[in-house]
Amino acid sequence: MKNEEWRLIRPRMRTGLVLLLLGIVLPRLVEAVPLGHRVERDNGLILLVAERPTLPMVTVEILVRTGSTEEPREKAGLANLTAVLLPEGTVSRTALEISEAIEFVGGGLGADASRNHSTLSVTVLKKDLDIGLELLADVLLHPAFREDEIARKIGELKGYIRQKQENPGTVAREAFAAALFGDHPYGRPVEGTEKSLNRITRKDLVNFHRRYYVPNNSIMAVAGEVTLKEFRGYVDKYFTGWARAAVPTVNPGNAAAPAGRQVLKINRGVTQANIVWGHLGIARRNPDYYALSVMNFILGGGGLTSRLMRAIREERGWAYDVHSFFSARLLPGPFVVGLQTKNETANPAIDEVLRQIRRIRETGVTPEELEEAKGFLTGSFPLRIDTNRDVVSFLTAIEYYGLGMDYPDRYPEFIRAVTRADVLRVARKYLHPDQGILVVVADLEKAKLAF
Amino acid sequence: MRRTSWVILGFLILGLGARGVEAWELEAFETTLDNGLKVLLLEEHKAPVVTFHIWYRVGSRNEQVGHTGLAHLMEHMMFKGTPTIGGQEFSRIIKRNGGRDNAFTSQDYTGYFVTLAADRIHLPLQLESDRMVNLRLDTDEVKRERSVVMEERRLRTEDDPSSALWEEIQAAAFKAHPYGNPIIGWMEDLRQLHQADLAAFYKSYYSPNNAVVVVVGDFDRAKLLPKIKKAFGSIPRGLNPPSVRSVEPPQNGQRRVVLTRPDAQLPSIVAAYHVPTLTDSDSYALEVLEVVLAGGKSAQLHRHLVYEMQLALNAGAYYSRVSADPDLFSLYCTVAPGKSVGEMEEALFAEIEQLKSKLISSRELQKAKNQIEASFIFSQDSIFSLARQLASYEIVAGWRSVNAYLPGIRAVTREDLRRVARKYLVAENRTVGILVPGRDPSEK
Repeated sequence: MKNEEWRLIRPRMRTGLVLLLLGIVLPRLVEAVPLGHRVERDNGLILLVAERPTLPMVTVEILVRTGSTEEPREKAGLANLTAVLLPEGTVSRTALEISEAIEFVGGGLGADASRNHSTLSVTVLKKDLDIGLELLADVLLHPAFREDEIARKIGELKGYIRQKQENPGTVAREAFAAALFGDHPYGRPVEGTEKSLNRITRKDLVNFHRRYYVPNNSIMAVAGEVTLKEFRGYVDKYFTGWARAAVPTVNPGNAAAPAGRQVLKINRGVTQANIVWGHLGIARRNPDYYALSVMNFILGGGGLTSRLMRAIREERGWAYDVHSFFSARLLPGPFVVGLQTKNETANPAIDEVLRQIRRIRETGVTPEELEEAKGFLTGSFPLRIDTNRDVVSFLTAIEYYGLGMDYPDRYPEFIRAVTRADVLRVARKYLHPDQGILVVVADLEKAKLAF
Repeated sequence: MRRTSWVILGFLILGLGARGVEAWELEAFETTLDNGLKVLLLEEHKAPVVTFHIWYRVGSRNEQVGHTGLAHLMEHMMFKGTPTIGGQEFSRIIKRNGGRDNAFTSQDYTGYFVTLAADRIHLPLQLESDRMVNLRLDTDEVKRERSVVMEERRLRTEDDPSSALWEEIQAAAFKAHPYGNPIIGWMEDLRQLHQADLAAFYKSYYSPNNAVVVVVGDFDRAKLLPKIKKAFGSIPRGLNPPSVRSVEPPQNGQRRVVLTRPDAQLPSIVAAYHVPTLTDSDSYALEVLEVVLAGGKSAQLHRHLVYEMQLALNAGAYYSRVSADPDLFSLYCTVAPGKSVGEMEEALFAEIEQLKSKLISSRELQKAKNQIEASFIFSQDSIFSLARQLASYEIVAGWRSVNAYLPGIRAVTREDLRRVARKYLVAENRTVGILVPGRDPSEK
């Protein structure tokens, strides 16, 4: 792949994307073939299998329903550190033996954590499925958490935490989350801080793993050249001894939204002001999720044709990228508008964002806008589950949020049912232009912020 | 956003194969219309979806002095409408029909694509053939879009130290060839790109005889081909676009650039060597060498520099094999906190010296080949990447050259790796770039 510049926004992953991925579904023209099988195992593990025999490859993902939300605040980064250390050594294999074994067959093995869950995955050629699953099971069930590996990984994470400061967008988003969520787990970065990482001990890691990485807290999804029957056999073979156990419940509750307006200005020697504005949004299970998906598509989720893009990029040339999204998580996540513009146009760009939000609250959307949003949301589903990788993420997300295996059939109905009145209602209910948190990372002398 | 741009650069283009591990021939249907438009069709029926690509054989390598960024700005302007399809309408129509569209510009090509439900394939045919000839290039629209691209440059380069370092290295490594210019263009050039420049560029390069259409997905070729002929066949052939004559002269001595940036948190190092492209048989060994060096955590650079010595926060390699003209083979690393640039640089070059003095093990060679073959299969999982690979190979060397890839990789020996390391990875052929975190002049 050559180095390239993209017209729109270079495709990128954003935390919370899994949720957005759910916002899409099979159009009518696709015959109703179920996406996969769902089986609950005796030990409580949910097994989801999508038989996709077109290529001799298999992808497996295990989602553990525990993330940084369950870690103690003073040990922020524990969930992430636990996950990333899994492939760094087991009772019977060193870190190097693991990477050497998976890489020798051209496969990939990885683990990471987010706010509400942790994920392990492996992709291999079909002929190497035994090796892939043996390694996956070993790192899941028997991680060693060796002291030297812990120290090495913490060192790496500290370097990464420092490097994040290079990116003004990351600085702005982290400041926004901290201001919006305060002490709530959603307010801190998943990888923790230099300080909190120093407080994590081997015992913390062992305990966190023992408590949460249990089958009745997990979902396993597989896609590729494998049948349900065949894969059950593999699970019996490699995941024996993975026993059910009680899972401690940690519920931090919903974050309390700070009252009134708040403005954070961060001075950096940058050519562009990085602007983040937003407030508390919704949880994934909120029934208004679908109406909000439509509303946000029109406001700032729909790429070049969204209102924010038209007003700020197409009509004024102020920004390359401006977007909005509801990060609908297990607990209510943020609603965010983000953009970057040269320091000098920061003020009018922020004004325009707020003006567009007021406008959609006041006058709603046109029938044409509604039809375009519904057409895209219902029609683009097959594009997003193009690959095995996409399929396993989709399956685990459906299960995680309890949407049911028939969700691909139901989603278009939810979207088609949305009316202009619904869009207006949810815009008024969930957009708050007179409150919210504004973060600007900019050369403040040039930006002369009026906020 | 990108954590560092290098992580993304680390992906290889791996070409593609057909079913099964042994049968590697990829058979697309190929035809050329009377007006010179090349058409490549590959049926793939796993889902009722189709991806339509039209790529023009023009990129930043075709730009003249003072006009850098023109190819990329042209790409942006292609979405500004025609007399029958208003600005924004293109994307609006595709979205309404549940499709996705986008475009990109590289050094060698400019690609446009639409991915959507198979029964809507008439839409991209109609829209793409229209804007191949009827584009409206409004002066005010050009000014606005130029501002957008300048914002894009601020976002990608001005405020991103590692991107800025790459730009310095390319500029230092190429003194005669346009690969030395950034695809997005120099800011000073962008300010001066005008409507007339775009109109001339459009006339020279946006013609059927300078384009290739690639369709991959759920369609019946016998039905699709007449539709393609109907949509594009009446567009008259254009003049032959001017060829690129620049040849980079051999480098006769190491070049060094140092970039001091207050916003950089950690130093980083890039070492870039001039190397041949896929048309040279050495390219297979270079491709394998890239994977030996940087194909994962057990690969040489990560294992030694990151894991064992803990000098680097990350380390990798990047080789642009599928390229119209000879490009670079690059090594890069971010210096770990508390370590010095000097010791890092020394260790990095020691890795290269080792490749020249010692043969790698047979297992290391086999591992790299296995990784390349597996990636081949994995890459076929996406119809988008299939289309992209066909199109990029077609533009650079003819799409059939993709079928030479795996046999070429399989034939590489340990001796070949040592030989190409000795031939290309030498100090005289090297441009070293160092990113140094510096004080912010505003912090007094």
